[in-house]
Amino acid sequence: MNESREWSSQSIQAEINALRHKPGALLPILHALQDRFGFIPPDAVPLIAESLQLTSAEVHGVISFYHHFRTAPPGRHVVQICRAEACQAVGARQLEAHAKARLGIDYHQTTSDRDITLEAVYCLGNCACGPSVRVDNGVRGRVTPEAFDALLDELQTRPLEVIA
Amino acid sequence: MSIRVFVPRDTTALALGADAIANRLAREAAARGESITLVRNGSRGLAWLEPLVEVETPTGRFAYGPVALADIPALLDSGMLQGSVTHSLALGPTEEIDYLARQQRLTFARIGITDPLSIEDYRAHSGFRGLEAALQSAPPDIVEEVKASGLRGRGGAAFPTGIKWQTVLDTPADQKYIVCNADEGDSGTFADRLVMECDPYLLIEGMTIAGLAVGATQGYIYLRSEYPLAKEILDEAIAHAEQAGYLGENLCGSGRVFHLEVRLGAGAYICGEETSLLESLEGKRGLVRFKPPLPAIEGLFGLPTVVNNVLSLAAVPFILAEGAEAYATHGMGRSRGTLALQLAGNVKRGGLVELAFGTTLRTLMEEFGGGTLSDKPLRAVQVGGPLGAYLPESQWDLPLDYEAFAAESAVLGHGGVVMFDESVDMAEQARFSMEFCKVESCGKCTPCRIGSTRGVEVIDRIRADQNREANLALLHDLCETMVDGSLCAMGGMTPFPVQSALNHFPDDFQRAANGDRS
Ligand SMILES: Cc1cc2nc3c(=O)[nH]c(=O)nc-3n(C[C@H](O)[C@H](O)[C@H](O)COP(=O)(O)O)c2cc1C
Ligand code: SF4
Ligand code: FES
Ligand code: FES
Repeated sequence: MNESREWSSQSIQAEINALRHKPGALLPILHALQDRFGFIPPDAVPLIAESLQLTSAEVHGVISFYHHFRTAPPGRHVVQICRAEACQAVGARQLEAHAKARLGIDYHQTTSDRDITLEAVYCLGNCACGPSVRVDNGVRGRVTPEAFDALLDELQTRPLEVIA
Repeated sequence: MSIRVFVPRDTTALALGADAIANRLAREAAARGESITLVRNGSRGLAWLEPLVEVETPTGRFAYGPVALADIPALLDSGMLQGSVTHSLALGPTEEIDYLARQQRLTFARIGITDPLSIEDYRAHSGFRGLEAALQSAPPDIVEEVKASGLRGRGGAAFPTGIKWQTVLDTPADQKYIVCNADEGDSGTFADRLVMECDPYLLIEGMTIAGLAVGATQGYIYLRSEYPLAKEILDEAIAHAEQAGYLGENLCGSGRVFHLEVRLGAGAYICGEETSLLESLEGKRGLVRFKPPLPAIEGLFGLPTVVNNVLSLAAVPFILAEGAEAYATHGMGRSRGTLALQLAGNVKRGGLVELAFGTTLRTLMEEFGGGTLSDKPLRAVQVGGPLGAYLPESQWDLPLDYEAFAAESAVLGHGGVVMFDESVDMAEQARFSMEFCKVESCGKCTPCRIGSTRGVEVIDRIRADQNREANLALLHDLCETMVDGSLCAMGGMTPFPVQSALNHFPDDFQRAANGDRS
């Protein structure tokens, strides 16, 4: 993980200031923070509230409404398994059971070595070639349990600098 | 002379290893002393053939696929760079591939052919002709043309696009907006993604025409966060279009204005519902609004707003360039033009199939789809996303037409067709529909928020054989309550897949959750 992921009030405020003047700025700000820090740091909530003239409760309400936003730091890689129908039709349920067993975690959890956070997702737009899995910003298709294991080996042996 | 070789870069091609294929091709060709120019085109939409490599020859483009890394040396040895058709992966001239040749590609005429980010390619393939026509027309004439085409919204509700535009045109305001609904949340759908990743200028052109038609100078593309590649490509395309004068303060030197920005959603299915989407764009929780007022009158920030699906907007450049009649001659009944169907799930030949309305579902699944991937008998097909009904074989001869589907309590929706073989447990699918509604409900109204939670519990009891008959009756009642009492189609249509499973596959509700079908 590179060091720009370390957050401070100043770096949070800088992200907010770059976007606060846009109409409907809250989601763009939350995305910018999560892209930079991997999650929405708790200190960000009062700063955003202050900058956008909202209450902290309102900002919390928005963060919690959207599945995409995380309030705890993820592992080095985020692995999302598609749970939706087109992938179910080609074995996504078996894949998800396999992935949980193999990693020893459930959705929204991170492995103890902090390598992998597992999440559910509902469709990645790769529905003709499922089961689909998203790893960080890339999508993989036709992910059999064997292909999933190979993917994990690849992620766990890669040097950390490769993380985009 | 350097030979042009095309390796697609859409999400599906990349998910199947297209980058590695491109690298290996470049290396192997160089090692053989062959000079090639790699073009990273969009996908042709033939997902089952991805990665689909094409080679340009004096007699047109030749296709090879699906290509695996290990195939590359033998493909090159076979004379692939000269268009040889001897290798078992050789498909011959791309345009003659039956799956493609039998389609009516109006909206998707360009995908896979061009480099998605090249404005020169876009122009060379009739791009911006619709915009040029619109710049010569008065706003009411543009709206009339869209009305005359018969185009209906492709996002699901099938509302006539021209009539929506007329309302926005007729509502005076200092600021109006064009909002493109690119939330594409339905499982089994990827046509919006293909437009955005493979032909982004088409969407930009369609939105600009919409802006000219109704007097809006600002557009937003509300894009789901699950599509990072589409975001990257759209952002780049918008920057190019601004530089080239196709967006911004002075469209093609006309003095007219249109600005465009991509905004990301955040993983909420309900934000595909247009009023929830507008709340989200305003930076709020995506709670569905009461209607009226219609977004066309009080939309984004309370101002008149066109909200249209990607495919609705992407159909418009053709209509303006070729005329409403050229579009409306396709189709049947009140369903005019073409529909982008997306074959997905357990299907041998999945991909994008753009056809005039009227083909039967069976033709689509058999002649295009080639049956199931598993080679087991096809049992059920869900059309129109997670809120669409599951259709049993007795309904596969329905023509793909909005009214024909509605008459059977089914929907075409956004054109997703998800096939399941005989191993599917329809009670488990019904449970998933309720579970999905529970996860994705915006929470504003009780029948949806509480009903879906109860729905999951009731189906669990049925599957566990606890008071089965009483719980089946309860499930029927619950479905009716949700249909009648929900504010929007999330709660109002979740019962469609559940009821269709109950009605057409009752046996699946009579056996244990993981037991035999007996
Ligand atoms: C729960 C729900 C989800 C929806 N998701 C989408 C979507 O992802 N994309 C879309 O274009 N329309 C979606 N719609 C339909 C929109 O509310 C709206 O009808 C559409 O964007 C209008 O554009 P059109 O007339 O071009 O179809 C959804 C509707 C509901 C009720
Ligand atoms: S039906 Fe569901 S999603 Fe729609 S407004 Fe009601 S609670 Fe929200
Ligand atoms: S349903 Fe899994 S990618 Fe669409
Ligand atoms: S949330 Fe609407 S009834 Fe309680």
